[in-house]
Amino acid sequence: MLMYVLRRLLTAIPTLFIVVTLAFFLIRIAPGGPFNQERGLSPEIKANLEAQFGLDDPLWLQYGNYLNNLAHGNFGPSYNLPDFTVTELFAAGLPISVQLGAMALTLALLLGGTLGIVAALHQNRWEDYAVIATATAGSTIPTFVIAPIIQLVFGLTWNLLPIGGWNDGAWPNKVGPVLTLALPQIAIVARLMRGSMIEALRGHHIRTARALGLSDWSVIVKHALRGALLPIVSYAGPAAAALLTGSVIVETIFAIPGIGRYFVDAALNRDYTLVMGTVVVIAIFTIVFNLIVDILYAVVDPRVRYD
Amino acid sequence: MAFKSLLRATVFASSLIMAGGVFVSPALSETVFNRGNSADPESLDPHKTSTVYEAHILRDLYEGLVMQDQNAELIPGAAESWTISDDGLVYTFKLRADAVWSDGSPVTADDFVYAFRRLEDPATGAEYASMLYVVKNGEEVNTGKAKPEELAVKAVDPTTFEVTLNAPTPYFLEMLTHQSTFPVNKASIDKLGADWIKPGNLVSNGAFTLAEFVPNDHIKLVKNPKFHDAANVKLDVVNYFPTEDRSTAIKRFEAGELDSNDDIPTEQLADLKAKFGDQLRIGPYLGTYYYAIKTDKAPWDNVELRNAVSMAIDRDFLAEKVWQNSMLPGYSMVPPGIEGYEPAMATFAEESQIDREDKAKAVLEKLGYTPEKPLKMEIRYNTSENHKNTAVAIQEQLKPLGIEVTMVNTDTKTHYGHLEQKGDFDVARAGWIADYKDPESFLGISRKASGNNYSNYNSPKFEELMDKAAADGGKPELRLKDMSEAERVLIDDVGQIPLLYYSYKNLVSPKIAGFDENVMDVHPSRFISKQ
Repeated sequence: MLMYVLRRLLTAIPTLFIVVTLAFFLIRIAPGGPFNQERGLSPEIKANLEAQFGLDDPLWLQYGNYLNNLAHGNFGPSYNLPDFTVTELFAAGLPISVQLGAMALTLALLLGGTLGIVAALHQNRWEDYAVIATATAGSTIPTFVIAPIIQLVFGLTWNLLPIGGWNDGAWPNKVGPVLTLALPQIAIVARLMRGSMIEALRGHHIRTARALGLSDWSVIVKHALRGALLPIVSYAGPAAAALLTGSVIVETIFAIPGIGRYFVDAALNRDYTLVMGTVVVIAIFTIVFNLIVDILYAVVDPRVRYD
Repeated sequence: MAFKSLLRATVFASSLIMAGGVFVSPALSETVFNRGNSADPESLDPHKTSTVYEAHILRDLYEGLVMQDQNAELIPGAAESWTISDDGLVYTFKLRADAVWSDGSPVTADDFVYAFRRLEDPATGAEYASMLYVVKNGEEVNTGKAKPEELAVKAVDPTTFEVTLNAPTPYFLEMLTHQSTFPVNKASIDKLGADWIKPGNLVSNGAFTLAEFVPNDHIKLVKNPKFHDAANVKLDVVNYFPTEDRSTAIKRFEAGELDSNDDIPTEQLADLKAKFGDQLRIGPYLGTYYYAIKTDKAPWDNVELRNAVSMAIDRDFLAEKVWQNSMLPGYSMVPPGIEGYEPAMATFAEESQIDREDKAKAVLEKLGYTPEKPLKMEIRYNTSENHKNTAVAIQEQLKPLGIEVTMVNTDTKTHYGHLEQKGDFDVARAGWIADYKDPESFLGISRKASGNNYSNYNSPKFEELMDKAAADGGKPELRLKDMSEAERVLIDDVGQIPLLYYSYKNLVSPKIAGFDENVMDVHPSRFISKQ
């Protein structure tokens, strides 16, 4: 197992390298540059700015320099927020996005999982229909609709929560973003859980366990749930990578200083270094969580072995 | 299990409500102004400034030689007085003796020498370096043709700062109110390098100092007790909250989280007016929304055709229906509001829209274009719902004339990249906001050599009048008249198509006083108080 993990981590290096290379050249193909704006700059002033950030070097040299810096853990300065390095921006924003994402994921797995099991155990009865209806609604209403409704109802009408802002991570400021992030995930997890649980309950080993007179609780939790968890585990990996790296919509609407919005803002601003930083962070999260999924597979399903 | 989760959620929610009560109540002893700002500043270094968003903050943090009061009128800043030589070339500023940096050291003439050189030094990479091109050797230093030490600025003694200009420039003092000319503390830059700008390190000389800067979250400024006019500064804390989502900003204002906000979602203007009444303040702002038109490319090189297009556009409709009166119909490049200057309006401005359409139609018919055999025109615009709606409205307005409009929408960087590289287009959306209160700011962008002259407008007569205005720098009235004549030429040539004048759109709580309305939309926190 340890060998397997090491091997996977080693193969992650070329993967990252390819991702970085592609991103580096793709963002530079996009028309316009970091210093194009409504108030145009004279060629001389623009040249001064480009020289300051090394953008006047030939592209291959810029690429070489970037890789060299990256290998030393240096993501470079942000072009559009020159008071900060990309590392500083991530140091401030990533913990916030991770925190909100982790809370939303936990909520989604616990609540979605429970709802899915409840639905599966009451297949084709009202409980089941209620869960399916809620899940369908939850996964079809977009976050940019849910978020303003939460602000309006909890913030303005009932005065229970602040409208937005981070406020040094005060509890009330997290509720809206976490709920908005979690709702669609709850819906997806509930549907997945219901489907796989129904499937698992039809298994021969369940029939055998029931025939042996095991209690309902024991049959469901010890025997059915274990197998039924596999689809959830494979879904949760990429979902975790996506949730933990922040959501541009949720962070913009709730005015949360996470890194989710950098992904879009930096690309629109042609803030090359910040775009690259975001790509690297998301790539690392995706690689790590996919690895975690594969390890969990072996834990949950004894048939899976990595030798 | 489900029941337990529900129970937990209820407990969780009620604890939040209790926590919420604690967090909303502010400390009684401090006066805190929570100020909504549409976006984060790009930099708190005045020499790296580039947007209006940081202008508010920099004005609070630093004090230039001269400043603006709550009415955007020029007032003494770090300089208590100044004299101008008879030829209009040499400005001598007398610095106030009691001006100090937030670390207690005095603000001296050397600080301004350092700041002006730093702004022009190519190594700084200052976007607004061109502000000091009027200073002798300014442009030469910035383009690497002279050393920063050769810039014509001098510390005569610790409290006397002298600047020599290339030519008499009546708007020089007005330019010095711009944040890019504010001083920075040399000692802390020498000592800390790039970290001088960080909260806790930043030494500034304004009414407030920097306490916190969390990107995308907030900037906290606290009153500077060492500021020379600290006795009259009524706020203890100013928090700037960048709230990019305009609807969220409105809700935060409504919930009392923000005391003011500097923008609104214009599509909701009618509702917001009904809801907020006097708290919503809209008024003329020095900015022009215009279309650049390729004046050197057939068929747009025909003045008559350009004028017909401009004439046929119903600006009242754009202002009222598309922009919900958050913009005003515009017929000149220089918006009204600059003292002593008479903008040159398009000659058709006073005619009825129906007459204008008929005239425009006649011109197009004469040129051989009809709805059956239309002229094709492409409008490029940068991504924005309102820019799109404006282009769509113009498309409809030009259709009966026999002009078939197609639209190309790109993101902002692509749009301006295309314009800057003189890419091909017919008509392109652009806008201009005044950096300083002078017609030069708006007319300069149509000069042949300007990088912002997207229309490729090239008129010897316009150039001549603009040169004459520069030469008449010593006679302010004559100079303004020259520029008005230059604008007349530009407008009659339809070198650009002005469409709308910008308005400022502020939401201000009744608790706030001193947030006065002015055409520059300048509101120094130093003059603001809160009940």
